[in-house]
Amino acid sequence: MLAYLLRRLGQSALVLVAVSLIAFMVFRHIGDPTISLLGEDATLEERAALNSELGFDKPVPLQYLNYVGKVVQGDLGISYRLKRPVSEVITERLPATLELALIASLGALGIGVVLGVYTALRSEGWLSRWVMTVSLVGVSLPTFLIGIGLIYLFAVELRWLPSFGRGTTVKVGGWETGLLTASGWSAIILPAITLGFYNMTLIMRLVRAEMLEVLRSDYIRFGRARGLREKDLYFGHALRNTLIPVITIAGLQIGTLIAFSIVTETVFQWPGVGLLFISSIQGVDVPLIAAYLMFIALLYVVINLLVDFLYLAVDPRLRRR
Amino acid sequence: MLLKLLFTSLLSAGLLTVSGAQAETVRWARASDPTTLDPHSFNTGTNFVLSHQMYETLVTRDAKGKLVPTLATSWKLTADPTVWEFKLRPGVKFHDGAAFTAKDVVFSLQRAKGPTAQVKSLLASMVEVKAVDDLTVHVKTNGPNLIFPDNLTNLFIMNEAWARSKGAETTQDPASSTENFATRNANGTGPYQLVSREQDARTVMKANPQYWGKGQAPLQITELIYLPIKSPATRVAALLSGEVDFAQDIPAQDVARLKQDQRLRINEGPENRSIFLGLNVGGKELKTSSVKGKNPLADARVREAIHLAIDRDAIKRSVMRGLSIPSGMIAPSFVNGYNKAMAAYPKVDVAKAKKLLAEAGYPDGFDLTLHTSNDRYVNDEAISTAIAGFLGRVGIKTSVVARPIAQQSVAINNADIDFYLYGWGVPTYDSAYIFDFLVHTRGKDGRGPTNATGFSNAAVDNDIVALASEADKAKRDQTIARIWDVVQKERFYIPLHDQVIHFASIKRIDVPVHPDNAVLFKDVKLGAK
Amino acid sequence: MSDVIHHPAPARRGWRQSDSPVKRAFARSRTVQVASAVLLLIVLATLLAPWLAWQNPFDSASLELNDAFLPPWSEGGHGAFYALGADDQGRDVASAILYGLRMSVLVGVSAVLLSLCIGVPLGLVAGYAGGWFDTLLMRLADVQLTFPVILVAMLILGIVRGVVPEGVREQVAVLVIILAIALSDWVQYARTVRGAVMVEKQKDYVLAAQLIGRSRSAILGRHILPNLLAPILVIAAISFAHAIVAESTLSYLGVGLPPTQPSLGTLIRIGQSFLFSGEWWILLFPSLVLLALALSVNLVGDWLRDALNPKLQ
Repeated sequence: MLAYLLRRLGQSALVLVAVSLIAFMVFRHIGDPTISLLGEDATLEERAALNSELGFDKPVPLQYLNYVGKVVQGDLGISYRLKRPVSEVITERLPATLELALIASLGALGIGVVLGVYTALRSEGWLSRWVMTVSLVGVSLPTFLIGIGLIYLFAVELRWLPSFGRGTTVKVGGWETGLLTASGWSAIILPAITLGFYNMTLIMRLVRAEMLEVLRSDYIRFGRARGLREKDLYFGHALRNTLIPVITIAGLQIGTLIAFSIVTETVFQWPGVGLLFISSIQGVDVPLIAAYLMFIALLYVVINLLVDFLYLAVDPRLRRR
Repeated sequence: MLLKLLFTSLLSAGLLTVSGAQAETVRWARASDPTTLDPHSFNTGTNFVLSHQMYETLVTRDAKGKLVPTLATSWKLTADPTVWEFKLRPGVKFHDGAAFTAKDVVFSLQRAKGPTAQVKSLLASMVEVKAVDDLTVHVKTNGPNLIFPDNLTNLFIMNEAWARSKGAETTQDPASSTENFATRNANGTGPYQLVSREQDARTVMKANPQYWGKGQAPLQITELIYLPIKSPATRVAALLSGEVDFAQDIPAQDVARLKQDQRLRINEGPENRSIFLGLNVGGKELKTSSVKGKNPLADARVREAIHLAIDRDAIKRSVMRGLSIPSGMIAPSFVNGYNKAMAAYPKVDVAKAKKLLAEAGYPDGFDLTLHTSNDRYVNDEAISTAIAGFLGRVGIKTSVVARPIAQQSVAINNADIDFYLYGWGVPTYDSAYIFDFLVHTRGKDGRGPTNATGFSNAAVDNDIVALASEADKAKRDQTIARIWDVVQKERFYIPLHDQVIHFASIKRIDVPVHPDNAVLFKDVKLGAK
Repeated sequence: MSDVIHHPAPARRGWRQSDSPVKRAFARSRTVQVASAVLLLIVLATLLAPWLAWQNPFDSASLELNDAFLPPWSEGGHGAFYALGADDQGRDVASAILYGLRMSVLVGVSAVLLSLCIGVPLGLVAGYAGGWFDTLLMRLADVQLTFPVILVAMLILGIVRGVVPEGVREQVAVLVIILAIALSDWVQYARTVRGAVMVEKQKDYVLAAQLIGRSRSAILGRHILPNLLAPILVIAAISFAHAIVAESTLSYLGVGLPPTQPSLGTLIRIGQSFLFSGEWWILLFPSLVLLALALSVNLVGDWLRDALNPKLQ
């Protein structure tokens, strides 16, 4: 088992290296940092001088090694647009995205499981089929349209919820949270729905499929034969077995949510890393783009590792490897 | 006893109304957030408009385009025509209590000329600046510069002691990994001081109790909250739902709906910005055209054909919803050198355009790519799509490639582009600014950095350089007219229109549109609640 | 005594009594019948677009800018009739939808096919051969998964712009989108196929084929692959729906198709600027059609998964 753990760790490290390479290579070719830094009216001499000051005239492999060396020490460079250290900017904006992703996935998990169970138990009912169809509507429309539609309905017409921003936030330690104020909660609802809808549909279908399978399995039939109450059967046995794959999928989805927050954050002006990323792309802010890519990679790798170890702990069959 | 009570309460009530202790908060929305609070870092309107609330300049421009004394009370040329003298306003304090003196002006102008300060182009002609006494500054220019004060309307004055003590003597050094203190902190002389700054979320400012203009400016707004809202639909929604009180960057198509809302007021006015097409006339061959071996845009007849093929009135009516000022000149009407006769634009003439193309040797037209930004000018992508239609009608099959302005600027600055949509504002209100950047040969004498057309004319170059040091106004204006004659004749830029912009607000707020899309909130008078 | 054996004519059976579980399920579900009908309609519309639409909205020269923003069911200049209204460039919304459908379907189908061609072979080999190739593929998939479609599209666009000189034409944008969506989707096919192959290769028919001496490619191609068609088909259907919706989001983020050759998704992105301005038809009709298409495909794909799942029979 230790060998397995070490192998997985080693492979994860390789993944990170590969991603860093891609991020670095591609973005050396996007935009011209000297223009971004010196402005449109810089002379050619000034640009050449800045080029060598930044080390951009050295051979590419050397630049890459320099870059990796700095990254490992936590120095991700200075954002061209914001003129601030990239690591600081990302850590500042992270809480907003993490909170949004957390609320969105908890909501998706909760509602998804409930609806999944319902549609599995009452799979022939008309409400069940209606829920299945309507949930598909959410994944058949682009995210930004859903977001803007929600804003139109709830902010402009009904005036129940705000159309942008996080509301009032409170700093707890180093973490800027919106979950301790009423305005923070009302501000997170629409973005969380927009972000989590796709996942909710996914989880709902997964739970339903797993439940349906389990309900037809032998031990459930034997349970019925033994006279166990339906309620105990469904929630005691069937659901528990259903939940394990569901939870692991939900865990993996958190990474996706963070990456997909780009669109939701743009529509709702949510000051997280997604909005930061899109602004960086449009402003050709290369250090930030590269740092964001590597951060997402790190997140995925960590989550994947955790899920793998969770499987190891839960499924005894794997331990014999 | 009762009388005493009555008297005291009346007195206190009276005092309260006299001191105007009503808190007035204005939530102000725009499309983008300044990326830094350092007033010298970037040469963009977005950054300037926020800096104008907290910092101040020597002179400012009012909504009619006139220069107004701000930190300088008067200015004139000394006996030496290369030296300008500025008399400074006494009794001004910075937010941290320090007194404003000539030393701060000298420091700020030198800082603004630093290598990474992108406003340095505004001070290109400045050779030396020195403090004569506490309230007088002399600026020496290289050659007599008649319009030097025009360059100072966006040059903000910082406090030297504060900047030095915080390590902000220069703007951010790109090779350094520590953040410059001025990026997120502000210490100016302006009517508002910084309370908090959250990038892409909000910047909160409160009224400066020690502001020098207390008796002169209304100063009714006590708290100002700057809210960047990137998505145009969300920005309009926020206005409609009552979450913001004042918004700029209103999409043209939403103006009609906003005008109908009884709670809102929409003010409209021309902007000091011209939108036009740039053509690569200098290249031997175009990278994005179907013509091999020669450059179709190098032929004046082809350029004239393009000029005649575009229906500016249709663009105004349909794409801009009536909210543009079609023009035949790439200078907005506010600019010295603008000429109404030159700004006349031709009615669309498809037949003549086709004839010209045939004469030039392209009876069946050719293919071409138009590059445009999609997030900078009002309806920029839609304008380009419409132009593709017009050009297609005369045989020039045009593809449109739309991208963010940052990427478009890079291509223009590298002169790696054939046919592009561009816009240009003129902060100095003088044609020399246009010539220096867009007409002069690229890369010579530090001029022409955004001239991607490849147009190069030595005589015109000499004229342009002469403008910076011509002391006689009449002669200078003549030279300007002469340069415009060439620009209009050669048509390597095809003018489209001047932009019209809007300020949308709740009814209480009435701010007339400023041609530079700027707002000075100290001057805003609030109507009745 | 006759040697001829008479068999009574078999009674005509509808799909409800069919031997195929798929046909039985189809006959039972009204929703899927409707969805399939919609799909068929849309496929027809896509094929017949040039004949059904009176205007070619991709030909900028044929647009009449003066007709812009005409409401639905109105007449424009030169007797043109705008059944669903006109958009901001004077495009007939109905024609734009028909041609946009073609673009969307083109992008979706190409992306799915490309994904399939990458993912299925890789999954087959990884599942069958195992060993270092399998490990490599799984780690490659991990790297791929760190880049969701949005990031991939932007990366590819960046590469294209950096590597390909400025002679970039509009057509490249289509290729970039297709490539981006395909690259972010191939992992599902690879993983599913790999998992299924690992199960199948323990089965008797594979062992038998190996004993006979059949080559690996024959085993994979002729024996195992046909058993995997069902799950592959299901994934393909759902990825197709995902692809056409994703294209719209990519357009919103600035990496979409050019505005002169809009797909349905791009029309929606252009239309969202008119949500508050009163010209609702520019946004509503393309959205409804995209919804109908994606929803139908999702419904059919979903139902197919249930119908083909032997554990649910």
